[in-house]
Amino acid sequence: MIRIRQLTKQYGDNPVLRGVDLDAGAGEFVVVLGQSGAGKSTLLRCINRLVVADAGELHVAGMDATAGVDTRALRRQVAMIFQQHHVLPRLSVLRNVLTGRLGAVSTLGSALQIFSREDVALAHDCLARVGLAGKAQARTDSLSGGQMQRVGIARALAQRPRVILADEPVASLDPASARRVLHDLREASRGLGITVLCNLHQVDYAREFGDRIVGLAQGRVVFDGVPAQLADADLERIYDGGDAAAAPLPGTPGAPAQVSRPAFVTAGA
Amino acid sequence: MTPHRYQWVVPLPQSARGRASLFATLVAGCALLHWSAGGAQLSWGELAAGLPQIADFLSRTLPPDPGILSRLVAPAIETVQIAVWGTLLGIVPAIPLSFLAARNLNGPRWAYHLTRQFLNVTRSINELILALVFVSAVGLGPFPGVLALALHGAGMLGKFFAEAIEEIDAGPLEALRATGARPLQIVVFGVLPQVVTAWIAVVLYRFEVNLRSATVLGMVGAGGLGFELVSSLKLFRYPETATCIIVIAVMVVVADTLSSRLRHAIQHGGRS
Repeated sequence: MIRIRQLTKQYGDNPVLRGVDLDAGAGEFVVVLGQSGAGKSTLLRCINRLVVADAGELHVAGMDATAGVDTRALRRQVAMIFQQHHVLPRLSVLRNVLTGRLGAVSTLGSALQIFSREDVALAHDCLARVGLAGKAQARTDSLSGGQMQRVGIARALAQRPRVILADEPVASLDPASARRVLHDLREASRGLGITVLCNLHQVDYAREFGDRIVGLAQGRVVFDGVPAQLADADLERIYDGGDAAAAPLPGTPGAPAQVSRPAFVTAGA
Repeated sequence: MTPHRYQWVVPLPQSARGRASLFATLVAGCALLHWSAGGAQLSWGELAAGLPQIADFLSRTLPPDPGILSRLVAPAIETVQIAVWGTLLGIVPAIPLSFLAARNLNGPRWAYHLTRQFLNVTRSINELILALVFVSAVGLGPFPGVLALALHGAGMLGKFFAEAIEEIDAGPLEALRATGARPLQIVVFGVLPQVVTAWIAVVLYRFEVNLRSATVLGMVGAGGLGFELVSSLKLFRYPETATCIIVIAVMVVVADTLSSRLRHAIQHGGRS
């Protein structure tokens, strides 16, 4: 479903991705694990071309997503979930979910707030999948943070995507809400056979929810395997990679110590 | 008695240079004020000498003549009508212009600068002057007043609309882009929901201002209460003038009260 080879991206003089290889099969839940600044967000944004990669191969949902691709056709297949959920607070929950259909419906009809009955039914179905069936008519800013993120998931599902990119979807949530969000995301994508690429920096969640874990450090893949294979040495590579190159000052609380910390300590990093 | 119970905590410059520059700034400020007073011919003496005339004028306006009230109903309604359409016709061009004039929507740079300058120019010309221009173009009556308010208002509304757009959260726009939404859809679902309350508040405020302006447009023959006001002045019927002024004041106060209540309701009552 996703096949990435030697993907590179540089912002000015700052190389963010230095040759990333990554594969994800249909329906697979892949967690991309790494520190802030490891390149996780950039990697995800390259896949739906919110960021255009410098070089490398990128095949997504049967499309060559590097150059000359119809960006909108690509984005219809690839939904995204954001750390700050990015739902519209003043719209109703249902209308927020319906915005997931925008790429697939006519501009004029949607601008006049007209959606097909199937699309509305689909939106209700997506809300039911994330446990928000009763909230369809509520204003979105009346929801809690975790509920808003589940609206974000419902919006992604409403796209009927083949791939969902989730960029730190639980970084601003408390542990209970975070589990609920990741659980809903995994169950919905499993049920619908959607491939998920989910950025996280919490090891606990990666182990709990990932079918596979890809460790990213300094713009390179330093681990790729099932959660059971993830050993302390791998974690050290993932969480030390950033600081090793940046020559940490002796005596500062460096990255290696973070590995042993519980996940929520690094949640705000 | 304790001599040091109080301390002056205003921060004063500590260095000699700081004190010198503070002194120089004060002197320059005083000089500027004095120079402006000369240009504006501020004269408290003349004001004092004129006080009897002012008192005489006031005495001749009192009591206000209520007999004119029946004649003021139609112009008062016309004033409101001018303000309504002046505001509406100002909104129409302001909306597309504000999208071009909002820096964060990444329109073409030249369009941004062009619309900003256009809005500046229309805003900088007073409604009365615009009304004079339109009166000579389309003739006497309320319509040139509407056009004057619309053009001036477009400049104001466009600027405030654009500022509201510049304050929106870009996150939802990125999320909509990521769904494959087209630009118009991003505007309708991403931008408008985020600016609509701010825009309504700006429009209501604009209506208040336009109502005030519409009361004087009649002075240049552009309809409304101003015409009655000026003609009563010219005929030295000061009690009628007083009635006009009272009617104008009441209208403006009522409009201010209603619109500030509405604005408050929209800004604070919208959350459910």
